[in-house]
Amino acid sequence: MSFPWAKHYEPVNPLMRYLDEKLPLPRLVYNAIGGGYPVPRNLNYMWNFGVLAGFCLVLQIVTGVVLAMHYAANAGVAFSSVEHIMRDVNWGWALRYAHANGASAFFAVIYLHIFRGFFYSSYKAPREMVWLIGVVIFLLMMATGFMGYVLPWGQMSFWGAKVITGLFGAIPVIGEPIQIWLLGGYAPDNAALNRFFSLHFLLPFVIAGAVILHIWALHIPGSSNPTGVEVKKESDTIPFHPYYTAKDGFGLGVFLILYCALLFLFPNYLGHPDNYIEANPLSTPAHIVPEWYFWPFYAILRAFTSDFFFIPAKLMGVLAMFSAILVWFFLPWLDKGPVRSGHYRPLFRKFFWFGLIPAMAVLFYCGGAPAEEPYVMLSQIAATYYFLHFLVILPIVSMIERPEPLPYSITEAVLGEDKAAVLGENATPGV
Amino acid sequence: MIRLIGILAGLFFSVALLWSLGNGVVAVAQQGYLKEATAESEFHLHPRELDLQSNGPFGTWDLAQLQRGFQVYKEVCAACHSLKYVAFRDLKALGYSDAEVKAIAAGFQVPGIDANTGEANLRPGLPTDYFPSPYPNATAARAANNNAVPPDLSLMTKARHDGSAYVHSLLTGYRDLNTFSVGGKHVKDEFPDFSTPEGGHFNPYFANLNIAMPPPLTTEGQVTYAPGQPKATVDQMSTDVAAFLTWTAEPKKVKRTQVGWPVLGFLLFATILAWMAKNQVWAAIKPKKPRAA
Repeated sequence: MSFPWAKHYEPVNPLMRYLDEKLPLPRLVYNAIGGGYPVPRNLNYMWNFGVLAGFCLVLQIVTGVVLAMHYAANAGVAFSSVEHIMRDVNWGWALRYAHANGASAFFAVIYLHIFRGFFYSSYKAPREMVWLIGVVIFLLMMATGFMGYVLPWGQMSFWGAKVITGLFGAIPVIGEPIQIWLLGGYAPDNAALNRFFSLHFLLPFVIAGAVILHIWALHIPGSSNPTGVEVKKESDTIPFHPYYTAKDGFGLGVFLILYCALLFLFPNYLGHPDNYIEANPLSTPAHIVPEWYFWPFYAILRAFTSDFFFIPAKLMGVLAMFSAILVWFFLPWLDKGPVRSGHYRPLFRKFFWFGLIPAMAVLFYCGGAPAEEPYVMLSQIAATYYFLHFLVILPIVSMIERPEPLPYSITEAVLGEDKAAVLGENATPGV
Repeated sequence: MIRLIGILAGLFFSVALLWSLGNGVVAVAQQGYLKEATAESEFHLHPRELDLQSNGPFGTWDLAQLQRGFQVYKEVCAACHSLKYVAFRDLKALGYSDAEVKAIAAGFQVPGIDANTGEANLRPGLPTDYFPSPYPNATAARAANNNAVPPDLSLMTKARHDGSAYVHSLLTGYRDLNTFSVGGKHVKDEFPDFSTPEGGHFNPYFANLNIAMPPPLTTEGQVTYAPGQPKATVDQMSTDVAAFLTWTAEPKKVKRTQVGWPVLGFLLFATILAWMAKNQVWAAIKPKKPRAA
């Protein structure tokens, strides 16, 4: 579905006409990311990150598939097979650094994409399904990223796997059997490494499938926009191609510059030195820290230091860590206000910039810091705010807030005045 | 209903967190400090900066220095430390000729098989062989070194923070525990119980301050450098071996940055083009002027 004024695909030559009759794949692409998809004309660069995330997924799959041709998922040789890639495989160092830093780039882009969703309340009706699928994609990414980090079989790989699978051990009664079942043993070893490799190869394709659903669900209501005012007429929109392909093309260039600077100049900056030490079950690293993109949730996990009534601290931490993401599933119903964009929500905006963002920053910082004071106390305060923000503040704010006046339409927001007469020469009068 | 359940769940997590926080505050108030000071936390030193030609995004290899560093590894470190991810053939990158690499390899005995009997033996190394370990296994290494296994050095400079500087600082960082002080404070005064165990050596650049490795480079001229090379002081030898281990950890390091700059230059050019293309495309629908009236 789309807006009634969406342009229709016209095959330009007999071959394309033939193809369109038998398998309308070009038509699908045209309607999804081509001239046939009308998009609000006022999207800013925060709307660039969906395309960039898609690019990262393809980048990770391509580099990952080639790496898998040289990598050996066996606890005895995994570490040295990675060094083989780094030293002896033609351009293997570039592939591996591209993949390792590609994971960081992917998460950076996704966090900005989610940030966009939070600020502009992209999760609100009619786009709840887009948001729900997005959270599923994020969970799949976390699983994929975690298992990928285990594959080089360095010290952080091993101990990270031990800590994260150990979380399941916190579940009463069935926890320990589940942990042993997940690992295929009592500690991470060959069985765990092999299944992690298998799943790490599989999940990106599951993500790709979920991305298709994500885009499909998005195309039902169409893209949101910075005003949060829904599209009313044709002058509110422009075709995705060429306008947003051009804009996203520039964004992609900026992204690639940053990514390649990281990849070629500082490829180990985001990694941990301990992962260049081969896994050793008998030697525990001084500080076990996950990759930076897990830090906020790791901080929440470690913030629970005291048993709460009959619930052990560790179980509380595990519950809270998973809840910290699961709560996003309920956002469309927790934040009920009709106005979407943070630009027109004065109270929400204050809590967002002076509450949620600082709390996330503190959680990021503390998750990477050692589990000692003052970092534990700081993460306790920040995690408290995190839960209050989503579960208490947002519902109340959305009930009591008086939003600022909205523009009548996207056209008005862009052009200052909503009259066909003042539109650019390309624009056509509203329908 | 969802909002009511949400608020309850939010209060549940926050109260549990504040309970943890309260307990933490009480504990800190009782003990009187945020974090207990230990000899390690107070006297561990960060590596001193080391200026190597390979440092940074414009670094290049100093082949003469890498060859000197290799000489130090071969004559000193190799007695205890393996270098298992480096093959003799890799040494060509240090500027050695094929014949020199062959000769270097032949100077090492590597595990082999007797062609006639099939029994295990030692044979002279070939360029395709990797540097052999000085010990047959970890247990033998432990037995020969006061229960500490000398780590493999191939990746050492990537496996420590500030790796190259760390290696140099560690090698030149052995101190006398009884007189060592930082900022006027002596270890012995602050932590009278702190001691170096039998067979250990005090070194503030090592994480727990006591390292099993005895000072490996102790005297000037311990390694005889070729004529025309700098004087083989302990500092010079340590710098050279740190440079060599920077290369062993990432032989493709210089190639990486040398590829990176043209890539970035191309991307910058392409991005400027993309910017101009975007402006061209959007010019048609941009509002002509801010509408005043």
